[in-house]
Amino acid sequence: MKVKVLFFASLRELTGIGQSEFETTEPARLDYIWSKTTGGKAMPANTLCALNMAYVKPDTLAGDGDEVAFFPPVTGGQPRHH
Amino acid sequence: MPAYLKATAFDPYQELVRYQRSQLASGSYGATASFVGSMRDFNLDDNVSRMTLEHYPAMTRHYLDRLCQATIGQFDLQDCLVIHRYGDIRPGEPIVLTAAWSAHRAQAFDACRHLMEELKSKAPFWKKETTDDGERWVHDEQSSSSEK
Repeated sequence: MKVKVLFFASLRELTGIGQSEFETTEPARLDYIWSKTTGGKAMPANTLCALNMAYVKPDTLAGDGDEVAFFPPVTGGQPRHH
Repeated sequence: MPAYLKATAFDPYQELVRYQRSQLASGSYGATASFVGSMRDFNLDDNVSRMTLEHYPAMTRHYLDRLCQATIGQFDLQDCLVIHRYGDIRPGEPIVLTAAWSAHRAQAFDACRHLMEELKSKAPFWKKETTDDGERWVHDEQSSSSEK
């Protein structure tokens, strides 16, 4: 299974990664994907996660063909539902 | 009900008139409300000479299209329009236009504000400002920020 992983804005600068690919044999949690992709860097507390362009929580599972994104709060603040 | 993302400066008033003339039948609406957000040259007590607006292109388009579609239904609009800049922006340049057309003024006013508030809180844009001291990322929990 291959998962596309994207980092934006200050998190791209923090991790030094814009885009990466994560390989796994079974669906994996987003926070696990973050850890494996960044070499174990701590995820900042205000990090937002998206799965296939929808806001999700860090414990959501991603699988083959999915697109995962990590980014800081957007310009207007936290989404109300997150 | 389109949403456009633009990498270069645009004139929101020309865009508004152009869209209205080409997409809305005269007499089909009784109210038009619009909002234009533009960049200030100061923020957090600092001079700001430039702002770079980064976004997540695919998610931004997806989100804005869905927002426009939902807003038309929610407020019983004839139509709505969103145009948003990204990339390098200079003070004074427009950043965003939201517009709503409806039969009566209440729906147009409410929908125009709704578009802007939803966009600001959920669309994946991030601001990096250039000040006299260098560059910094800005989130609106820190500031009322450079426009909007």
